Amino acid sequence: MGVRLELETLAARAVGTVSRAAGRGGGTTLPGKLLWKADPGAVDALAARLSAGVALVSATNGKTTTTAMAARILAGDHRLAWNRAGANLLSGIASALVAGRGADLGLFEVDEGALPEAIVRTRPRVVSLANLFRDQLDRYGELELIAERWREAVQALSEQAMLVVNADDPVVADLAEGRERSLRFGLDDPRHARPALQHAADSKYCVRCGSPYVYAAAYVGHLGDYACPACGHARPALDVAARDIDLNGLTGSRFRLVSTRGELEVELSLPGLYNVYNATAAASVAFALGAAPAAVRDGLAAFSAAFGRFERIPTGTKSIVVLLIKNPAAANEALRTLETGVPPVLVIALNDAIADGQDVSWIWDVDFEPLLPHAGIVVATGERAAELALRLVHGGLDEERLEVLPDLERALDRGLELVEAGTDLVILPTYTAMLALRGILTSRGVVRPYWDGAPS
Amino acid sequence: MRIRIGHLYPDYLNIYADRGNIAVLARRAGLRGHELELEAIGLGDSLEPGAHDLLYVGGGQDREQMLIAPDLAEKGASIREAVERGAALLAVCGGYQLLGRGYRGRDGALMPGAALFAHETVAGTSRMIGDVLLDCELEPGMRRPLAGFENHAGRTLLDAGAEPLGRVVHGFGNDGESGYEGCRLERAVGTYLHGPLLPRNPWLADWLLEQALGHASGDDPPMLAALPDELEQEAFRVAAERAKTRGGRR
Repeated sequence: MGVRLELETLAARAVGTVSRAAGRGGGTTLPGKLLWKADPGAVDALAARLSAGVALVSATNGKTTTTAMAARILAGDHRLAWNRAGANLLSGIASALVAGRGADLGLFEVDEGALPEAIVRTRPRVVSLANLFRDQLDRYGELELIAERWREAVQALSEQAMLVVNADDPVVADLAEGRERSLRFGLDDPRHARPALQHAADSKYCVRCGSPYVYAAAYVGHLGDYACPACGHARPALDVAARDIDLNGLTGSRFRLVSTRGELEVELSLPGLYNVYNATAAASVAFALGAAPAAVRDGLAAFSAAFGRFERIPTGTKSIVVLLIKNPAAANEALRTLETGVPPVLVIALNDAIADGQDVSWIWDVDFEPLLPHAGIVVATGERAAELALRLVHGGLDEERLEVLPDLERALDRGLELVEAGTDLVILPTYTAMLALRGILTSRGVVRPYWDGAPS
Repeated sequence: MRIRIGHLYPDYLNIYADRGNIAVLARRAGLRGHELELEAIGLGDSLEPGAHDLLYVGGGQDREQMLIAPDLAEKGASIREAVERGAALLAVCGGYQLLGRGYRGRDGALMPGAALFAHETVAGTSRMIGDVLLDCELEPGMRRPLAGFENHAGRTLLDAGAEPLGRVVHGFGNDGESGYEGCRLERAVGTYLHGPLLPRNPWLADWLLEQALGHASGDDPPMLAALPDELEQEAFRVAAERAKTRGGRR
């Protein structure tokens, strides 16, 4: 095994270099794909060599950011094998294992559907499960289906493994029910509760008896402090809690992280309540791996945004802020962070490739309504620009304030033309539109290609 | 004129952007000087035949559908009477299935439905997912295309003599084999197509509004004035193109 593995690893590494040199998308999955095809068992063997073990992070929303935050915290004490470019299938994990020569700790974000196999192959020390939202039903199927597969996957975990769950998500929290080695995180600050469950809220019926939950506080979608009035099933006690949260518009937030490891004042340069969730999840993963509280605090404070996740990109006298929208819950939270200061010009890009979801109906589940009366001009772009434009018109956007430009590059330039010097152009793209946008900005020399050390 | 819409189980059945269909009905009614009155009909609420000009039933995830199915079956007689008395109805995906005689699971057991449409749905092993294009003729000589997205494991089998909503041009349709999609009974339409369906198919929205206005006034359905619909046509064009290039692939 040993010799063969070395050779395969070497070959895979060589392909990665060639792929990067040829400028083909960074080669983030190519070498792994090669290895994964040639010998799937190599993943098991490479993972088993990591002396500090493996941690897996999965969720519908926030897994890239959460994993990157955890990496920032853990990088001081460990050499990481980490799938930082977001290639989160088994082939992507294989790539990160190949690239992470000399690593002692594997830190991997994992696609929801790939989690069961990732657990079997990498035998993780820590698994973090943060949320399940409806997402691209044409691709993943219904939420219940994923939950069922997660339930089976968790049962395959070794008894020593620590299961980190978001207590605020009833379906996810239930996965840790009765498990000794588990850590429950959540938010505890009803000042930030939404007055009502959002339109697209999932899992709002009791996992035990099917009655509607009553929420003492609903924070993001169906995440919150819930209780069933019929059978009494309720959010479990929090082991790691974010309290006294101060949101500071688009610039960031502060909160107090309370756990058995003491209390920490956390400063985050990422906005929005959902990033407080991501940070709390990352801190829980780090605690489960034995990180010191000071490392958690410093790692989170030093963390900066990645492309498509609130990174501010200067271009001439204006800046571009890109917020990925990939499903109703993520889009609602992106829009919510804009509510405090609605930008005068907004570019929204809707594509319908497989990675975006071929079924575009999800845009009707996004709560655009609170934003639209305050937006100046909205440019609808992407392959399904007309469909998006119809959504916005029916959401109350005046047709005089709407421009429809299916070509992304033209829409970008139109947006830049419309914003005043010294202000931000906010762009909300779906996944492939975000990649295309990144390509345009890279070719203009505005952002670096992502394999060149830039965070993703 | 006031159009009264009864929206069944909006808290449970809302997965495929059903509020988009309602928003289109409201906007297109408003642009013609009519007003939409929306009533949510939930678990245990009574449904008075004749009290609504149009009934709407959306789609839900399996779990939500299980939670409302017995209640919907109980409302079956009222729904059948409402449609007999001339109310319009639109049912999408799960709502369409549950308005048939029932859903037969893989174990052979039948979960009863509201028995409005003459069909039965049988659980399938693979899902039928993708863009769809239909050719419809709801009124003699009025042939119209309909573009939407389907995502269903159930195979819906129409009884002999039951009228489908349309012929499948691209996509799977009711069962992936018959070449037909949806079901139509008087002023009631059931379909797997979402997207949502009405924004990109304004002619169907107008047909439903006309039927609802006919019910409200007790006269023949009026003819609504045409609207410019430029965005609607463009959205339809792209959706129809998608059905042609990638509909009905397993």
